Amino acid sequence: MVKQEDEIVRRQRERSKILALLLGAFVVLMFFITIAKASLNW
Amino acid sequence: MPAIEMTDAAALPADWRDFLALTKPRVMSLVVFSALAGMLVAPQLPPFALGFTAILCVALGAGACGALNQWYEAEIDAKMRRTATRPLPAGRMDRQSALHFGVGLGSFSVILMGVATNWLAAVLLAASILFYVLIYTVWLKPRTAQNIVIGGAAGAFPPLIGWVAATGRIELLPALLFAIIFLWTPPHFWALSLFVRSDYAAAGIPMLPVVAGIESTRKQIFLYSLPMAAAAIAPWPLGLAGAVYGASAAILSFVFVVLAGRVLASRSSDPSQMGAEKHLFAYSVFYLFALFTVLVVDRWITW
Repeated sequence: MVKQEDEIVRRQRERSKILALLLGAFVVLMFFITIAKASLNW
Repeated sequence: MPAIEMTDAAALPADWRDFLALTKPRVMSLVVFSALAGMLVAPQLPPFALGFTAILCVALGAGACGALNQWYEAEIDAKMRRTATRPLPAGRMDRQSALHFGVGLGSFSVILMGVATNWLAAVLLAASILFYVLIYTVWLKPRTAQNIVIGGAAGAFPPLIGWVAATGRIELLPALLFAIIFLWTPPHFWALSLFVRSDYAAAGIPMLPVVAGIESTRKQIFLYSLPMAAAAIAPWPLGLAGAVYGASAAILSFVFVVLAGRVLASRSSDPSQMGAEKHLFAYSVFYLFALFTVLVVDRWITW
């Protein structure tokens, strides 16, 4: 049996990791959007 | 999954997989595909990063629609076998989390679309999300048997958004793609609702088979398949697509109408005996994928 506190911590850690990955991906995406828009001179 | 010592599942922070489930990934695949097709048949393609972002925004917008739909319909979902295991009715997530997730995802997708492509595409994306959530889910679905007819417009936006993200303007071909999905939605959903009508009846949703009866629904399915077929073939005689598309659309639509005719001729009221309805539902998904694929292939051959 896993204690509820352990499960809460496990889920919070997983969500934090996913959020960090998504934020990293967003930064990379914004970089490429900026480059693409600069090249188009929109 | 390990066994957990607890009595209230909603007291736990929801698992990230449940947030993913809120976005209805399977529905999203058809939305993403039709948006991509709309973009690929446009006369000019955006740079890869901007095109990718536009499709990502459509996917996120569709995810927001799924989340807000499940937030609003949590009690209805609990009454239907098909939806009872979703995160909210199953008690794996609290409603406020779903609401915040849906509003956040939708707002983010619209702003990112405007920043990355153009604000007309962003306005169309916002309109499609608001139409799906407010007009279809909140207003029409619980009130009228015509819910899917008008609400189908929400699902018809993606190819239009894909085209506008690439070009910045609305033209006849994307308007026809909108019309195809708009007219395809009623026979597609009514075929499904025929063999799950007891679920809809139990949940009090006035889907056409529940309100007007099975025979009337079968007639409506057939009648809607005719203008849908006409809209699907129309790009060819209008000079917006080539012969490859025209011939393929004619064959694919002919099969659709034949299957709708089999539904019309069917007399079974037992869901387990509704082979014609199940065939039409499965074929309708294939039909839209095939039609849009052929349109893209035809456009690239013509170029």
